[in-house]
Amino acid sequence: MNPIHILAAGEGEGLPLEETPNVLTPALYDIVWSLIPFAVVLFVFWKFVLPMFKRVLDERSERIEGGIERAEAAQSEAKAALDKYNAQLAEARVEAAKIRDDARAQGQQIIADMKAEANLEKDRIVAAGEQQLNAQRQQIVSELRGDLGRQSIDLAERLMGEQLSDSVHRSGTIDRFLADLDRVAGAGQK
Amino acid sequence: MLFEGTPFELDRLMIIRVLVGVLVALLFYVGMRGAKIVPKGFQNVVEIALDFVKTYISDDIIGKKDGDRFLPIIATIFFLTLFMNIPAVIPGLNISPNARIGMPLVMALVVYVVFIYAGAKKYGFFSFVGKSIVVPNLPPALHLLVVPIEFISTFVLRPATLTIRLMANMLAGHIMIVLLFSATNFFFWQFNGWTAVSLVTIIVAVAFTFFELLVIFLQAYIFALLAAVYIDLSLHADSH
Repeated sequence: MNPIHILAAGEGEGLPLEETPNVLTPALYDIVWSLIPFAVVLFVFWKFVLPMFKRVLDERSERIEGGIERAEAAQSEAKAALDKYNAQLAEARVEAAKIRDDARAQGQQIIADMKAEANLEKDRIVAAGEQQLNAQRQQIVSELRGDLGRQSIDLAERLMGEQLSDSVHRSGTIDRFLADLDRVAGAGQK
Repeated sequence: MLFEGTPFELDRLMIIRVLVGVLVALLFYVGMRGAKIVPKGFQNVVEIALDFVKTYISDDIIGKKDGDRFLPIIATIFFLTLFMNIPAVIPGLNISPNARIGMPLVMALVVYVVFIYAGAKKYGFFSFVGKSIVVPNLPPALHLLVVPIEFISTFVLRPATLTIRLMANMLAGHIMIVLLFSATNFFFWQFNGWTAVSLVTIIVAVAFTFFELLVIFLQAYIFALLAAVYIDLSLHADSH
């Protein structure tokens, strides 16, 4: 392959095997045609393929990390909402209990007030009744007294045939009698 | 052959190399063009491939932070080696362009330059070389022995082994497959008792082709892995 070899072969001085190039010594074109593909592939890898690969990998991991972060944010948000809800619920419970207690207390107050009022009313009614009874009794007593006096006088007049219409006698006797009667009746009443 | 005798001489292997280089560049360009957050179809395949190199070679060996800086070199080496190895089992091509020393040599030299650059950038060139070849806390007399060993293993053997490992593996695989298929061809056309032997050689040839598939992946993985290991060792040159 080497011009010198060809020349040597042409002169018929070498044996065929002597011309065979050593496998360990490269020819120049061998190096050239090694460098060129290597340079081309290296260039494509260095400037295009690997940057693209790295970009895709980075973007991918960023996406995944971003997704995880977003999920975490959503989770913490949900947790905050739940906490808030729970707090509100507890507050509402406390409030409801308070309202219930208030209502109970108020109800008891009302019942007590009503009871007191009813008692008062009862007392008043009883008192009024008593008063009325007293007044009626008084009236009846005085009516009876009048009737009794008149009838007694009538009876006495009839019995004695005597005119007792005399104002002095009559009034003194009758009044004394009635006062006695009152005393007896008063004792019986008690 | 095109351009014979010039530095741009194109023989069969060189044409395969150029085609494979274009194919790799195109595949990955198409795969990542308009890449979406949610990958679809071919982008998935390309991403899995790139992710393999990133996760199991660069991030795993060099670490996430520095790994990203050197990922382009490591990924290029891995995919170029892998795709250049594949023609070893493609009928009609049958030989990997990596069986010719130029490609492994160029990649090994790139790794050489990169790992020295990585160390020199972190520690300064001479400090890096010093840290790489001097093992601390040794008896002074042992330095006479250890320094040359460390120097040769780090700055001479690394690129040499990278180059020869890949080239020899692919060349050996090619020779084995060629020999087995040639033997099959030879024995079959005997049309006598020897024809039976061709049955054995064809089975072995097919088996060897499957084995070659493993070698194809393994050599690409080893080359890229060692590149990552060398870069990592340069970045930690002070911790022997």
